Amino acid sequence: MHIPEGLLPPLHAAAWTAAAAPFVVHGVRSLTREVRANPEAKLLIGAAGAFCFVLSALKIPSATGTSSHPVGVGLGSVLFRPPVMAVLGTVTLLFQALLLAHGGLSTLGANAFSLAVVGPWVAYGAFRLVRALTARLPEGTSLSLAVFTAAFSASLGTYTVTSLQLALAHPDPEGGVLGAFAKYATVFSVTQVPIAVIEGLVTVVAVRLLTSVNRGDLVRLGVLRPAPAPVPETAPREAADREAGTADTAAAGGDDKEKNA
Amino acid sequence: MSDRSTPRAWVTWALLAAVAVLAVLPLATGAGEGMEEPFSGADGQAESLVGELNPDYEPWMAPLVELPSGEVESGLFALQAAIGAGVVGYALGVARTRSRPGDRAAPGPGAPSAGPEASDAPGGPRDR
Repeated sequence: MHIPEGLLPPLHAAAWTAAAAPFVVHGVRSLTREVRANPEAKLLIGAAGAFCFVLSALKIPSATGTSSHPVGVGLGSVLFRPPVMAVLGTVTLLFQALLLAHGGLSTLGANAFSLAVVGPWVAYGAFRLVRALTARLPEGTSLSLAVFTAAFSASLGTYTVTSLQLALAHPDPEGGVLGAFAKYATVFSVTQVPIAVIEGLVTVVAVRLLTSVNRGDLVRLGVLRPAPAPVPETAPREAADREAGTADTAAAGGDDKEKNA
Repeated sequence: MSDRSTPRAWVTWALLAAVAVLAVLPLATGAGEGMEEPFSGADGQAESLVGELNPDYEPWMAPLVELPSGEVESGLFALQAAIGAGVVGYALGVARTRSRPGDRAAPGPGAPSAGPEASDAPGGPRDR
């Protein structure tokens, strides 16, 4: 849920726009650099942006009796790092502000700062941290845990910043900024907790699907550690996996052929 | 360890089931009962909270488009989700096709009719 149009005083709106702008400009540059260096990445970048598009359109009921939507920035931040996601998130916000009357142009800077700057960086930090902490666990488990934590904290982090932005603009006459922050956070962040869990799980599903169909790109992006050389004994098991509907690595298939030839 | 990094289909389905349960649970437990407008958007709630804390504040800018009704709005949100889902599905489909070397090596859909012996050549789609 973004800050609605006109809800921040002009000075605040301008200040947040100025704060978010450098991140978005830097993001556009790293996006063009990434696409130029690796044109094949366009497909995955498009998927990450579309993922953000889908998730931020879905308003989900929460245990607080209110509803809100996920932010969907976790996937892109983990795959392409936060600067790229700053662009994709801002595009999503712009679409919603212009066509859906959700969020707004005057509050675009503030919403971009929370959703497209803080959210992605929180996601990336959480991802790196959990990956390092769980390095000894099996690769798939470690990756899933890290992706879940990344998406969960991005979702909560975004709305914590939103609450802070509103508290700074409209402090509580008695409790001041802190008192107002507690009130806004009750509305935004508490509503968001179950939705952040949903978002975490959905993002894990997305990464699992990508691992199945596009392992090479994930390894190249540094998201997935390169698998150890396939051991011949595991070949029948991988064949069984393929029958179960999961795609297989090209490497293992190639190995089979060489052995059989 | 390498077998664990290939995702199992049933775990993916279990995760999706958990998502569905989490989304429906607030409705089933009646979390919105007794509220004036159950499950309204958190942004609307924040807006009324601003009105409470800062009653003199007047929003100084109105949205460029005024959507005529909630139905039209939900339709546009559905459109946004549909566009996103279409792109995600396309990307996954293309990635899946690319990741299968057998499909790429085959000259076209007519290739299998050349007989299975033909594919015994090194690099052919032997394992399919």
